[in-house]
Amino acid sequence: MAIIEVKNLTKKFGDFLAVDNISFQVRQGEFFAFLGPNGAGKSTTIKMMTTILKPTSGSIVISGHDAIGDSDRARQSFGIVFQDQSLDDELTAWENMDFHGVLYDIPSVIRGGRVKQLLEFVELWDRRDDLVKKFSGGMKRRLEIARGLMHHPKVFFLDEPTLGLDAQTRQHMWSYLKNLNRTEGTTVFLTTHYIEEAEQIAQRVAVIDRGKIAAIGTVEELRQETGTDSLEKAFLKLTGSHIREESAGDFAARRMRLFHGSKKN
Amino acid sequence: MFEKIYILWLRQLKRYWRSKPRVIGSLGQPLLFLLALGYGMGAVFQQAGKGDYLDFLAPGIIGMSIIFTAIFSGIEIIWDRQFGFLKEVLVAPMSRLEIMIGHTLGGATVAFLQGVVVLLLSIAVGFGPIGWIEIFPALGIMFLTALLFAGFGVAVASRLNDMQGFQLIMNFLIMPLFFLSGALFPLEGAPKMLLAIAAIDPLSYGVDALRGLLTGSYYYGLPLDIAALAGAASLAVAAGSYLFSKIQI
Repeated sequence: MAIIEVKNLTKKFGDFLAVDNISFQVRQGEFFAFLGPNGAGKSTTIKMMTTILKPTSGSIVISGHDAIGDSDRARQSFGIVFQDQSLDDELTAWENMDFHGVLYDIPSVIRGGRVKQLLEFVELWDRRDDLVKKFSGGMKRRLEIARGLMHHPKVFFLDEPTLGLDAQTRQHMWSYLKNLNRTEGTTVFLTTHYIEEAEQIAQRVAVIDRGKIAAIGTVEELRQETGTDSLEKAFLKLTGSHIREESAGDFAARRMRLFHGSKKN
Repeated sequence: MFEKIYILWLRQLKRYWRSKPRVIGSLGQPLLFLLALGYGMGAVFQQAGKGDYLDFLAPGIIGMSIIFTAIFSGIEIIWDRQFGFLKEVLVAPMSRLEIMIGHTLGGATVAFLQGVVVLLLSIAVGFGPIGWIEIFPALGIMFLTALLFAGFGVAVASRLNDMQGFQLIMNFLIMPLFFLSGALFPLEGAPKMLLAIAAIDPLSYGVDALRGLLTGSYYYGLPLDIAALAGAASLAVAAGSYLFSKIQI
């Protein structure tokens, strides 16, 4: 059964096609990865799926709810860990967690316990009453992950989750998610530009480049399709191993990409 | 649903209380106005036969601190956007309307409390309200004014991506709203052009109602003041809700 259904999804910024008519499905309980180079359209896609960016055209259905027309309902069924910071610096670590718990309808009886469990899990329990603005970049990242894991949605979106994360927390996070997947059937949708990560974590991978899905399938299928013996080689074959020629059009597209990337962050 | 609105409201209050420079800074300006203008212009005002200028000025300065604080609180949405917290709220399982209400009520409460402090401050430097009972309806007017401009701030902030438009808002929106409202000078006998502008400035009605309740002299009259404030507040909150619902990251 498909828990995420994306059809003909397109996003244009001016003349620049960030996401170009992509369609795919994610099955319930699956670990699904969007693998692509920087600026391929991964974050734009995840923003549209999480209802904070309106697509130019196409449809997105998450857990039976139209993420475009009925976004309030769709938001009930997912959680997301962002690529860049989304904490409130002026609040303490504990407040950030607790507020998140309230916003995500976690009953107060289990909220306190879960905040403690997760803050201990990322080793920030001792710093719970410190304002987040006093935290280092790594600590903020860990808090962000802990907060993202507080509620148990049907679908987890993780946008470049391991960016800036130490190996210990990364291991913790994946085992936590695998456990949730086993016990509650949670679906995990992640974007990454680390090939090893996609290879280790994902059951199915979509290789995305320049706003288009170049190939989709299990790691094994991608290898067979491209006649290669590793995902890395398959990836390079699909996205091109040569350094791209910088034609005038490319340059303009890259500038658009840079411009919109910085504008949105 | 109410718990979520409450938590967003609480966040605004905590953030305000924790930024001490902001609290102190926002009291310094009204104090300066009260002392420099109140005492400085007092003699001229008296000679013109208009009575005590500090009594006239104090409601205007309360209005000033409310409009500044309320619009800034609304505009904090731009900060939330830049520092990322807006995303956290926008993907949470709640409607845009709930977020907007929580944020606006939080900003309005902060501005209202700021107004109360300035009221006390002005009493401390010599402002004498005509009666103590009148202070309670005056508090209601203060909250309504705060709500109006907090909603207005959210509406403006929803259309801006960064702080670059901030100076523009300050100089072409907040300052004119304040200076053209009759907060500093009596509207009686003012040029027609100025009167026409003051008539479409919602702060005029807030200041007039406060001045009427606290000192007994109205220009528009309380019923018109309340009607104008309520109408403008509904409009501002509606516009804020609509524009906020269109926000994209």
